[in-house]
Amino acid sequence: MRIGILAVQGAFIEHEKILEKLGVDYVEIRQKKDFTGIDGLILPGGESTVQGKLIKKLGLHEEIKSSIENGLPVLATCAGLILLAQNIENDSTVHLRTLPVTVKRNAYGRQLGSFLTNSNVGEIADFPLVFIRAPYITKVGSKVRVLASVDNNIVGVEYGKQIGLAFHPEMTGDNRIHERFIHNCIS
Amino acid sequence: MSTTQYDLNKGLAQMLKGGVIMDVTTPEQARIAEEAGACAVMALERIPADIRAAGGVSRMSDPKMIKGIQEAVSIPVMAKCRIGHFVEAQILEAIEIDYIDESEVLSPADDVYHIDKTKFKVPFVCGARDLGEALRRIQEGASMIRTKGEPGTGDVVQAVRHIRKMNSEIRNVVSLSTDELFEKAKQLQVPYELLLYVHEHGKLPVVNFAAGGVATPADAALMMQLGAEGVFVGSGIFKSGNPAKRASAIVQAVTNYTDAKLIAELSQNLGEAMVGINPSEIKIIMEERGK
Repeated sequence: MRIGILAVQGAFIEHEKILEKLGVDYVEIRQKKDFTGIDGLILPGGESTVQGKLIKKLGLHEEIKSSIENGLPVLATCAGLILLAQNIENDSTVHLRTLPVTVKRNAYGRQLGSFLTNSNVGEIADFPLVFIRAPYITKVGSKVRVLASVDNNIVGVEYGKQIGLAFHPEMTGDNRIHERFIHNCIS
Repeated sequence: MSTTQYDLNKGLAQMLKGGVIMDVTTPEQARIAEEAGACAVMALERIPADIRAAGGVSRMSDPKMIKGIQEAVSIPVMAKCRIGHFVEAQILEAIEIDYIDESEVLSPADDVYHIDKTKFKVPFVCGARDLGEALRRIQEGASMIRTKGEPGTGDVVQAVRHIRKMNSEIRNVVSLSTDELFEKAKQLQVPYELLLYVHEHGKLPVVNFAAGGVATPADAALMMQLGAEGVFVGSGIFKSGNPAKRASAIVQAVTNYTDAKLIAELSQNLGEAMVGINPSEIKIIMEERGK
């Protein structure tokens, strides 16, 4: 099994380190030619505006979109969630639109609003949630399962084989969400 | 600053990795930078090349001008304060800047002490020419480091010198035996614990960007191949013939910094690069500010 990690900008190395710990093979996706022979995809944190533009300019946009629509499992964190979202409340530019949710960018304000907390994420109990200039989800489609909420705002969802998180599991040293995602990629 | 806040601040720098941070002086330039794919912008009244030309004392920008840029874009906004000027830093924190650059580009306010950055909640990035400077800034609370280079010159030679020196010193620290680290810490004038981190991990404990003199996609890719985790571009963009096109090309060159074929395409028809000056031709050597 091999996981693709979108590596056009952002904190992709942090995801790679977790996959190394789990003994899972991965490939960095920087161009169209890298996007082949993968069983799952990670969309990392970073700046969604930058990543969104780069996947278009590098010809990756359509490939990624159609693969996810055809069932490629995906784990999207922070900027990744924004790339997946069908609608963005405070931005007219939308990206892959495979996940029927509406997100609000920079929902907690600027860097001084960044924070750490703990919550259950689906079946995973007491997971550390790292929010950095993070978005949250303001609306979800009918078949979307809510995995986590903080102060009544939705911060983690699952829809088919897409997991979208407003926080950064790759920055915690806790591998449980990645293990869960890898499980999606096997079955 | 709490440990949690420091981790969140280091975390924001991690999110900027693989990206380009661009100097902008107006909301209009900020929008061009964001549109071109900047992962953050540095708001300042004058870009380094113009600071050189104007001479005199250069200070923190007008908060109103910074606010205008904060309103114009959704990406993180950074701003510079003078070395040691903790009140300028307090002002920038009060207007909720995302990152403060305690910068040698401005005239130093204190020729002995840097700001005690542990007293702030907002994150700081600082310039460094070598491992010793980098670790001293980190001990003072910086959550991100950049090479100093020589700002406003369009000449990449100093940035190359600084990143090569830092990496060579890091390799040296990795190769030492643990009992030699105490003496090395003394030589470098840095805390033992930070040096131990470098010894064990083969890198700085925070993200390290390149800055100072980057003017072309090739310059940016050069810094990435030399081990920078991202690039600041100051005067290089808005002092060039076609800022939007050049900015976008530099962003793409940083993403695919080993693909020479792609960088060749990106480097075509960019219009005039900033003219540039050699460090030997200039009077003010900014990199010597702050040790």
